[in-house]
Amino acid sequence: MTSIGTGYDLSVSTYSPDGRVFQVEYAQKAVDNSGTAIGLRVKDGVVLAVEKIKHSRLLVPNSNKRIMTADKNIGIATAGWMSDTRHLVKRARDEAHSYNSVYKSSIPAKIIAERMGMYVQAYTLYSAVRPFGVSTILASIDKDGPQLYMIEPSGQYVGYRGCAAGKGKQVAKTEIEKLNLEELTVREAVKEAARIIYAAHDDAKDKLFELELSWVCEESNRLHAHVPQSVLDEAIEYAERALDDDDDEMEEDDE
Amino acid sequence: MAALKPGEVDLGTTIMAVSFDGGVVIGADSRTSTGTYVANRVTDKLTKVDERIYCCRSGSAADTQAVADIVKYHLDLYSAEHGEMPTVKVASSLFQELCYHNKNNLMASIIVAGWDKQNGGSVYEVPLGGSLHKRDFSIAGSGSSYIYGYCDKVFRPNMSKEECIEFVKNSVGLAITRDGSSGGVIRIAVITEDGVERQVVYGNQLPLQYTG
Amino acid sequence: MDPITFELPHTLKAPKAAPSLGPTSRTMQPMITGTSVVAFKYKDGIMMAADCLGSYGSLARFRNENRFMQVGATTLLGASGDMSDFQFMKHKLEDLLTSEYDMDDGQSLGTKSVYKYVSNIMYGRRNKFDPLWNAYVVGGIDNGEAFLGYANLFGTTYQSDCIATGFGAHLAIPILRRRVEGRADEISEEEAVRILDDCMRVLLYRDCRAFNKQRRAKVTAQGVEISEPYALETDWSIADRVVGYGA
Repeated sequence: MTSIGTGYDLSVSTYSPDGRVFQVEYAQKAVDNSGTAIGLRVKDGVVLAVEKIKHSRLLVPNSNKRIMTADKNIGIATAGWMSDTRHLVKRARDEAHSYNSVYKSSIPAKIIAERMGMYVQAYTLYSAVRPFGVSTILASIDKDGPQLYMIEPSGQYVGYRGCAAGKGKQVAKTEIEKLNLEELTVREAVKEAARIIYAAHDDAKDKLFELELSWVCEESNRLHAHVPQSVLDEAIEYAERALDDDDDEMEEDDE
Repeated sequence: MAALKPGEVDLGTTIMAVSFDGGVVIGADSRTSTGTYVANRVTDKLTKVDERIYCCRSGSAADTQAVADIVKYHLDLYSAEHGEMPTVKVASSLFQELCYHNKNNLMASIIVAGWDKQNGGSVYEVPLGGSLHKRDFSIAGSGSSYIYGYCDKVFRPNMSKEECIEFVKNSVGLAITRDGSSGGVIRIAVITEDGVERQVVYGNQLPLQYTG
Repeated sequence: MDPITFELPHTLKAPKAAPSLGPTSRTMQPMITGTSVVAFKYKDGIMMAADCLGSYGSLARFRNENRFMQVGATTLLGASGDMSDFQFMKHKLEDLLTSEYDMDDGQSLGTKSVYKYVSNIMYGRRNKFDPLWNAYVVGGIDNGEAFLGYANLFGTTYQSDCIATGFGAHLAIPILRRRVEGRADEISEEEAVRILDDCMRVLLYRDCRAFNKQRRAKVTAQGVEISEPYALETDWSIADRVVGYGA
């Protein structure tokens, strides 16, 4: 991407002569600078994982959650600005609530993804607003089974089997593509998700980080919830071991 | 509670719905009255709100038509947004929402019945206050009070489609002859996955009964 | 006569004053109603009972209603009065539970909070002169302690070891005063069930809106449990001893 917009990058309400809206692309940059977030849709549920980069050792462990719940069965993991994320999660909760009060049933993933997409897209139209610097990964189980969607700052939304956003998205996507998502269970997917986040983590750039893991599955009573501590610990152990094995292999190669 | 305004058209009615495995049978009389004058003797009180969802209307004709029209609009919107047909539960929730929040201005007692992919045939009732009740079978309207005993005695869970049709014919037929505000023909509709089949039993061909 | 202005006898007179032009009136009547809820504290927590009837005037119209709602892990709500308003309240509480869940802050909704919420809604609506036509009983275990509270359409609230709504306030409370008050923490589950059934039996005999199909519910340290509907054993043998007016 050309980093100079030659005057066409100041407002979202103006196209550049070659048909681009630079502000939207800059918003995407904001996402690309953030910690990695991934979602895996497997046969019996969906797993979300986030590499929460900590800017200070003084932060209380497990505080400032980056995976949030929009409706009892809908989880949201994001890459990008946390403040924008909170705004979008509030919007998602309002959409879920309004749907529920009209139809008396919980909002299907497809519908909330569409409505969120519409909302985000509206912020790419007006000069007075700034697009959201957030890629939103939405996980749920509805009547059609496990669902996974990702909404980009442009408002584009697509359903996925596995998706990634943020700094490590290239590494993460390569790793996700190697997985057999149709056959995986959530229990296995949780470990793989942890491994992928650890693999995507760049120790040189960001020393401190915390892994956040959540799921929607039968084991969580079809609710979106952070995984229990024991599952998290097990996943982290698996991820660290996988990382060590990789290092060993590399050393062997060197010899 | 809202009452009929002077001169308002009333559906002093007998309506009912029965679910069976794979669908529902709904039925109604056809009398519409203003006071004691029969304004319409061949009314259709079985109102389509979606491809496989109907409602049986009783109370004020104006109110129930308005409510049914609004629900129909919402269900059309639902189908467009979801790319699939709404469930009977969703339809009945819309009826409830309207009837509950406008309870002070409405005289509407409605049975919602139909077929959907998730639950097969189902029957819901939204009576005067705007509460919502799921039912195996449901009777409502002024004529229904005369056939509670008959229906409770005759109804069995898991009746066949044909048995349900007979049940509706006999029940509505009895109500029509005892209730002055019900009358005319018996209109019946059978709603299944395959479609909606309508029947009419003429007022001079009602099931035989004691009239002494 | 001009055929266009021809009027039928019973529609002759236009209404003198259209009722819609008068003062707006919101004092409505309940339509589908549930009768008494009976509740009291016992050794392990809270015990409650209510029948399954939704009456339409004197017509026993809906005979399979559940007048209980579990609110979160440790709270039970029992409702009498208008069923549409109860359904409305249930939706409000579901919404509250959802937003509480979404917070994900490790906190959960306690019984006292639920009671306060219900009470505030009831009082708020009566101040709008548009009350929810109910009497509610909220019971549960809050911080290890049994809690039982009442809230009704006037916004009146109170807490007690024994609570009964509607007819129960007249017929069940005297029984509960004698058998529960002052010794709630001595009452075993078996005894509690006996007391509850005795109260419900009296109500069945003497309340025209009662129905012999009911649910029992309890809240203990283990959580909330709502029974399947069951019928009470009744005794009509005194009928044999009454002949004529009985004078």
